Amino acid sequence: MPTVYIPTLLQSLTGGRGSVQAEGATVRELIDNLEAAWPGLRERLLDEGKLRSNISVAIDGEISPLGLRERLKPSSEVHFVAAIKGGSYFGRSMAGF
Amino acid sequence: MQGKVRVQATINGEAQEFLCEPRQSLLECLRDVLGLTGTKEGCNDGNCGACTVMLDDRIVTSCLVLGVEAEGCRITTIEGIAAGSQLHPLQQAFLENAALQCGICTPGFIVAAKALLDRDPAPSEERIRLWLANNLCRCTGYDKIVRAVQQAAARIPEAVV
Amino acid sequence: MSTQYTVIGTRPVRHDGADKVTGRALYGADVQMAGLLHGYILRSPHAHARIRRIDTSKAEAFPGVKAVVTAADFSPVEDKVVDLGEGNTPLSYIRGNVLASGKVLYQGHAVAAVAASSVHIAEEAARLIEVDYEVLPCVLTAPEAMRDDAPILHDNLRTKEFGEQTGRVSNVAEHFRHVMGDVEQGFAEADLIVEREYHTATVHQGYIEPHNATALWNNDGRILVWCSTQGAFVVRDVTACILQVPVSRVKVTPMEIGGGFGGKIPVYLEPVAALLSKKTGRPVKIVMSRKDVFEGTGPTPGSYIRVKMGAKKGGRITAAQAYLAYEAGAYPGAMVGPGGMCVFAAYDIPNVVIDGFDVVVNKPSTAAYRAPGATNAAFATETVVDEIADKLGMDPLEFRLKNAAKEGTRRADGPKYRRIGCVEVIEAMKNHPHYSAPLEGKNRGRGVAIGFWFNAGLPSSCTITVNADGTVNLVEGSPDIGGTRTSIAMQAAEVLGITAEDVRPTVVDTDSVGFTAVTGGSRTTFATGLAAYEAAQDVMRQMKERAAQLWEVSPESVTAEHGVFRSGDHSITFRELAKELSETGGPVVGRGAVQPRGVGGSFSGAMADVEVDPETGKVSVLRFTAVQDAGKAIHPSYVEGQMQGGSVQGIGWALNEEYYMNSSGTMMNSSLLDYRMPTALDLPMIDTVIVEVPNPGHPFGVRGVGEANIVPPPAAIANAIYHAIGVRMNRLPMNPPAIMEAVWSQRD
Repeated sequence: MPTVYIPTLLQSLTGGRGSVQAEGATVRELIDNLEAAWPGLRERLLDEGKLRSNISVAIDGEISPLGLRERLKPSSEVHFVAAIKGGSYFGRSMAGF
Repeated sequence: MQGKVRVQATINGEAQEFLCEPRQSLLECLRDVLGLTGTKEGCNDGNCGACTVMLDDRIVTSCLVLGVEAEGCRITTIEGIAAGSQLHPLQQAFLENAALQCGICTPGFIVAAKALLDRDPAPSEERIRLWLANNLCRCTGYDKIVRAVQQAAARIPEAVV
Repeated sequence: MSTQYTVIGTRPVRHDGADKVTGRALYGADVQMAGLLHGYILRSPHAHARIRRIDTSKAEAFPGVKAVVTAADFSPVEDKVVDLGEGNTPLSYIRGNVLASGKVLYQGHAVAAVAASSVHIAEEAARLIEVDYEVLPCVLTAPEAMRDDAPILHDNLRTKEFGEQTGRVSNVAEHFRHVMGDVEQGFAEADLIVEREYHTATVHQGYIEPHNATALWNNDGRILVWCSTQGAFVVRDVTACILQVPVSRVKVTPMEIGGGFGGKIPVYLEPVAALLSKKTGRPVKIVMSRKDVFEGTGPTPGSYIRVKMGAKKGGRITAAQAYLAYEAGAYPGAMVGPGGMCVFAAYDIPNVVIDGFDVVVNKPSTAAYRAPGATNAAFATETVVDEIADKLGMDPLEFRLKNAAKEGTRRADGPKYRRIGCVEVIEAMKNHPHYSAPLEGKNRGRGVAIGFWFNAGLPSSCTITVNADGTVNLVEGSPDIGGTRTSIAMQAAEVLGITAEDVRPTVVDTDSVGFTAVTGGSRTTFATGLAAYEAAQDVMRQMKERAAQLWEVSPESVTAEHGVFRSGDHSITFRELAKELSETGGPVVGRGAVQPRGVGGSFSGAMADVEVDPETGKVSVLRFTAVQDAGKAIHPSYVEGQMQGGSVQGIGWALNEEYYMNSSGTMMNSSLLDYRMPTALDLPMIDTVIVEVPNPGHPFGVRGVGEANIVPPPAAIANAIYHAIGVRMNRLPMNPPAIMEAVWSQRD
């Protein structure tokens, strides 16, 4: 079952737990299952069904460009991390990169 | 609009004639009037050396020379350094030593370094650095540029120019 | 594991070499075309002011002037929020930095532009534009801007705290916090705690080629652009967004670029040139002056930083805390996030708190500068680490080794490290002759520091076509700032089994290659190299099929090694097979398009010997060694060049460079005479050591190298100054007046 690391500022929603386990074939499914166990978490992570712009999801240490659509393995480690704002660095682009 | 002045000069060995306004710098004349865009503008006030050319026997920052001052002078720009299709040992050394990254400062460095080697065929590292102190490079940190000049100096007596 | 490569690791002459040493290479300012007009931009003399009225009539009437534009010439659209790839930004912010509307937010802010038959006429006419300003009080540093009574730059800017909108009007765009473990507990366990605060001045990337752009709004509605840029697709997308046209209407040709370092990622001139071209029906070229570059483009943030660190007597760090307030300039977006990622990135520390603030001030809107945000942070951390090691009586590299980050170490901002080379870099520094060389003489000292940069992935595309003579054409979209077209060609050559010289790389426009992200983020050799690798693999698959056809065997039976294809007794070289393509099915074109994972971060180390003149405060750099983990150096000369270039920029940042602003927010030193960058005379040779801890995420082990090398030099120099004269510097630059002040206040 994938392990999910909860950012400190959201740990009040998981009873102070820094990491929890939840099922999910994709990140989106994982978040739905997290919400079932820890209500209120989904609203902090998603805005209108998409990842909030200030949040990235890292799977096994790497920020995933596929975001919610990323497929998970049973051994996956999932981190929700602060997105690096880098408009002046990566260059803003309509393609969303 | 200022009336234009006719200037005659020898540029890279060829007699040239061009029209320019009195307020136009030699740099502008080379680039915009004569189409010799190899000489670059970095600052337009003599502090970066990207516009270095030979004027008679000295190197100058062409942004601080007026076009009209070139009357009757011999000018050498980067376009005149290679001998036809044969690169000058300095140009070859810059390539072999990876002494350029973006290349914008390279024309100025090569003209300036050639002027040094014309005077002093075996300059010390310190002399090379002092001579080139008015040529700014932001990419290389100068290490490979100095090594390229040293290598070219070592080769020039053997070079067939 | 050491793999023997044929091409990788060699030092071929770069493919654009002849053009670059003869002056033939065409940079943006060299563009010439029929009917070309010249543009000039009028800029604000005030750091903060309301624009009451702009009257362009006298300029428009000036002989030789063809058009004048202001923000009023943008297509009228209600201010909306646009998604340019990183969440929502007001369109007014994006347009505002290109041509001000309503307010000017920094001295140098573009207000209007003139197109005329010569640049001199355009400049004269611009002086006739009348702008009625209501001058407002300005704020120039982060601490000042964070005060409750500070003048507010944007009425619609609300602070986002910990990811949530607070609704508070302020100059703080964002406050983030990373927490790991329990710092109170960690500091309680420490035997020694050091806490210091730092101020770093605004510095500029200092590329020698000023920004330039030529635009033609063509009769068919297409907007053609030629410019100096690190990313043609960014220019395309941002220009299209600002002009509110579909992206396919804009075609951008990146010219050769004379340096960028992150500063040529933002878009300044292209939309303005396009507007002028639309009004005049002719191509318009705008080239910035050096003064414009300093005053009108994005430098890197000045900052206010506090770092507190606790360690046990034996040398283990128990806790670390950082407060990072970075100046964003006029619009939000300071690179304080990366600063927060990198501040303690080199160390394994169980208890950490990092607070980061993105603060707007009345200075030019900041842009990235080589590992943006990390150098500021490392200046603080690496001098605190030096102080702790010194007080514990430990060797500074031993102390770092004791606490070094390794594979599996977790950073406070979240992820665990995969394979990294921090330990290897520190070991290489310890083992270098420089570290043990005697340093004799008065007022001389040696300092060390280490740093990290995470590097970027992002998408790249590439196509490779096989020519009948056995060479290949490689088409890619990464502007070549430092020799990347060659390092990319080398990777393709290695796969194909041909020489680097037999690969002909070209950097092309946005119509001619698939989407490719910026040349920046130390990503090009890694990601565009990977795209080339995939394209080359695709070519090899097709070539094997052709060989199979020739020999009438199955493609699965064909092997290829070092440019020779074999099956049973048959063999044929790449070159010979290339002749047979028209007989075996036609052209062979391979493609690669990647958005890679597996990015490898790079650790770097700097070691500096300095001599300080105690009477003048002048610091001379006697010896400098740069160490960096490149994963795998594709072209070692260009890796060395990156290390040397970044080191020297770091030395300039350390010793001389700063935006010297007066209290009205005017930059007093906006020339290359007074903005003092290092010259050849200021420096010794820069020794380099390339460490290779392969990145498992790249077929050749590549890690980006462009940036991490600028991170440690200022701290290394500060530590060297301490060991030379016993004074700990806490501000940048450490120029003669700053050193003397520190010396004198220590005496008192």
